[in-house]
Amino acid sequence: MYRFRAAGPMEQFEILPIVDLHLGSINISLTNSALWMIIGTGAIIVFFFAATRRAALIPGRLQSAAEIFYEFVSDLVRDTIGPEGRKFFPYVFTLFIWILVSNLFGLFPTIPIPGLPHWLHTFTPTSHLIVTLALATMTISIVIVYGFYKNGLGFFKLFAPSGLPLWLMPLLVLIEVISFLSRPLSLAIRLFANMFAGHVILKLFAGFVVSLLSAGGAVMLFGIAPFFGAVAVTALEFLVAALQAYVFAVLTCIYLNDAVHAADH
Amino acid sequence: MSVFAIVTNAAAAAAEEAQAHAAEASSAGLPQLDPAWWPSQLFWLAVTFGFLYWLMSSRFLPAIAGAIEERRDRIADDLDQASDFKRQAEDAESAYNQALADAKAKAQSIAADTRAEMDDEIAELQTETDAQLAKQVATAEARIGEMKAAAATKVSEAAAETARAVVETLIDEAPTEEAANRAVADAAARLRG
Repeated sequence: MYRFRAAGPMEQFEILPIVDLHLGSINISLTNSALWMIIGTGAIIVFFFAATRRAALIPGRLQSAAEIFYEFVSDLVRDTIGPEGRKFFPYVFTLFIWILVSNLFGLFPTIPIPGLPHWLHTFTPTSHLIVTLALATMTISIVIVYGFYKNGLGFFKLFAPSGLPLWLMPLLVLIEVISFLSRPLSLAIRLFANMFAGHVILKLFAGFVVSLLSAGGAVMLFGIAPFFGAVAVTALEFLVAALQAYVFAVLTCIYLNDAVHAADH
Repeated sequence: MSVFAIVTNAAAAAAEEAQAHAAEASSAGLPQLDPAWWPSQLFWLAVTFGFLYWLMSSRFLPAIAGAIEERRDRIADDLDQASDFKRQAEDAESAYNQALADAKAKAQSIAADTRAEMDDEIAELQTETDAQLAKQVATAEARIGEMKAAAATKVSEAAAETARAVVETLIDEAPTEEAANRAVADAAARLRG
């Protein structure tokens, strides 16, 4: 029996191997997640390649779009970190655009062609905690490494805000350390949970529509409500997809600002 | 068949089912929490993100920055040039105004000079003409005076002649010229008196 894929709300998150690959004992198989990372990254590369192929004085449409992205992230980095943030700009830009495209591409509905391989169904790489955790860890690692490189032991001043009574210090340092350590987790979980929850809700609404329509009779009429619900949630999810990419980039900038200006506290 | 057998059969069936859908991870539990697929995801994330970062930082972002920078420079240049042209135009205008004022002043001074010159000339001519006229009048008056005197002499001479002739006719004796002249002069003096 042909099993309808993604009948349950969790099946859309399943990892399906396409090509088995192993690096020693490590499984690095090409999966549907990897495929959608490659599709997203490939789309970004094609877009920017086309946009920058002929860098013109009077930009065409593609170049204008690329320049809007550029100015957007460039302003964000400059406003948050200042002139020293210039060296982090490529990282923040890559992070923003990669997460944005990853979030958005997962929202495209799978075209229901019978026999379409399951691993070709749209997939959101950022709906997996390990991916967002890796991105967040990367950001925090840069913060820590650059923080110590730039400020030396002065980086620890980050945990000791100046101008506080001494008896309050131990408590505040403890709070600051805990808040610093929870940053990668909150950064990772915020993005993952938004993507995960959005897709679950979409699937639930869509599932309601299908089950109510297949019930037949007057019950079919009740399928209208979840249908419009699914449409509304789709619109909302596009907003969330862009917003979460932006939030991740903003928080990355704020944390990097700490690393750059830790000694100024 | 014991309950055990049923359970094992069910288990075997379940295993078979699981085998059949081996491609799909078990739907029990979150797929996100299955560590089996973490290395693969991390590997492909590193590959795609790393490659994209490399391309962005080495190629795309410098290209966009270059285009934006070039445009900014070009606009600044154009504005500079425009302000240059404006300054030149203002310079030209002030030079033109200066030239115009100079020309006006010059024209005025020339007009004043000419007028003064002409006034001088006219005055000179007038004095010259006046002098000439006065001279002519003087000559004419002198001549009139002369003629008057001559005429008077002629009249006295004629009167004396006439008197002599009359006297000669009457008494047949001609008085001397001197006596005749004296008599005429006396008569003239009496007439005038």
